[in-house]
Amino acid sequence: MPKVKASKEIEGKLIAVEGLDGSGKSTQIRLLKRWLELEGYKVFFTEWNSSELVKKATRKGKKKKLLTPTTFSLIHATDFADRYERQILPLLKGGYLVLADRYVYTAFARDSVRGCDRDWLRKLYRFARKPDITFFFELPLEVALGRILEGRPALKYHEAGMDLGFSKDPYESFRVFQGKIYEEYGRIFKEFPVERINACDPSEMQQAKMRETVRRIIDLKKFKLKRGVKS
Amino acid sequence: MKSKRFYGKGLPNVDPSQLTGPLIVIEGSDGAGRSTQIEFLLNWLERKGYPTVVVGLKRSELVGEALAEAMRGNTLNAITLNLFYATDFADQLERTILPALKAGFVVLADRYIYTLMARDIVRGSSMEWLKEIYGFALVPDAVFYLNTSPKILAERNFQKRGFLDYWESGMDIQRVGGMYDNFIKYQNRLHKVFQALQREYGFYSIQGSRPSLSIAKEIRARVERILTSTGEKAPEKTMVAGRETAPSAPEKAAYVPEPQPEDKPKG
Repeated sequence: MPKVKASKEIEGKLIAVEGLDGSGKSTQIRLLKRWLELEGYKVFFTEWNSSELVKKATRKGKKKKLLTPTTFSLIHATDFADRYERQILPLLKGGYLVLADRYVYTAFARDSVRGCDRDWLRKLYRFARKPDITFFFELPLEVALGRILEGRPALKYHEAGMDLGFSKDPYESFRVFQGKIYEEYGRIFKEFPVERINACDPSEMQQAKMRETVRRIIDLKKFKLKRGVKS
Repeated sequence: MKSKRFYGKGLPNVDPSQLTGPLIVIEGSDGAGRSTQIEFLLNWLERKGYPTVVVGLKRSELVGEALAEAMRGNTLNAITLNLFYATDFADQLERTILPALKAGFVVLADRYIYTLMARDIVRGSSMEWLKEIYGFALVPDAVFYLNTSPKILAERNFQKRGFLDYWESGMDIQRVGGMYDNFIKYQNRLHKVFQALQREYGFYSIQGSRPSLSIAKEIRARVERILTSTGEKAPEKTMVAGRETAPSAPEKAAYVPEPQPEDKPKG
């Protein structure tokens, strides 16, 4: 059996999608995942905010309104770190394509709107590897708001940014909050490399552009899942 | 009194000049005698009439329980553990320490960011990164470090509960024979880091092997100096009808924790 050195080199590739709620990014990354799976590549999908570790504490913090901008940011960073250390990094080292529905840029945008220092946030998340590709789904703010608010969904307190005191009306608060996040995203993607997708284009066009970008940047054949190979 | 400051950029919406109470930190490993000293100091302060609040690691309302629970599982990775503790610390800082200091209370911290930093440095994080993260921490008025040899620490842990703690033995990052050897090795590593931190932050180092009463006296004398230099000899001054009176910004008589001559570590 050939010796395998524990290497610091990371063979895997990380693809992230970012954008406002209602931009269609989750739909698109799922389609991308389906494509990669059906083509027989080693692929893993991860979502922002899904770890069991701090769920109870986050719920408690939200319910009892204990969270401040700093603890809100730190508790989510803890959650992300758990997912990062337990899944994302080992999978990347193991040569997987890791697809992330939202990544650290979500924290940069949301937490700085809540009042955390931008520079502090970037340093806080310094342990997280930069994505090999980040897709940003662009669309006019009004269109995004329209898509989300059309059905008058029940907005959660923090989701609507009610903790920031923009407005007593959750819908109005949500509008202001999303508007600020929109501005912040603009700032972030002047700073970090990004592939922009026009979220107003037809879905299949967006998907085609994503696939083409992935093929251009990533040497996919390295990620073929070897089936039926005895180890 | 020189007004308080943060190590880095601090916290959104907090003006450190309003924090008039003194913040006293006691650092040291489990078994160094921290809780004994905290108790002595608390009794002394309260007897003198100073309203005092004690804080410590893993005691936040927000994540204290969750963190304790996660640690029982022994499956936390280093960065996650660090950020979990940072959350716990931030919650206590913002919702307990700062309001208490603002009201002119004395705050006694049973460990502070230095323990968190030391543990994480031993686990491979860079000091520079940790300094950035903990830039929101307040600079204490004094830090007492109970410098105690790993052998004595082990002995005191045995006396107290009969076994050594998994995390305090660094079992998540090293295996060198049994638990005892791990404990000694890990505590030695921590100790080295603490020495570096001491140079950086100027702790007042005290030999933890000394009799607890004599240590208590030394700490008391230092704390007394801080209390008088903050100009709050009588706590009544800052406690007007139980309201937070942002105590009339007292004259600026500087107290900066100066670097202290380090006690010779006991071999």
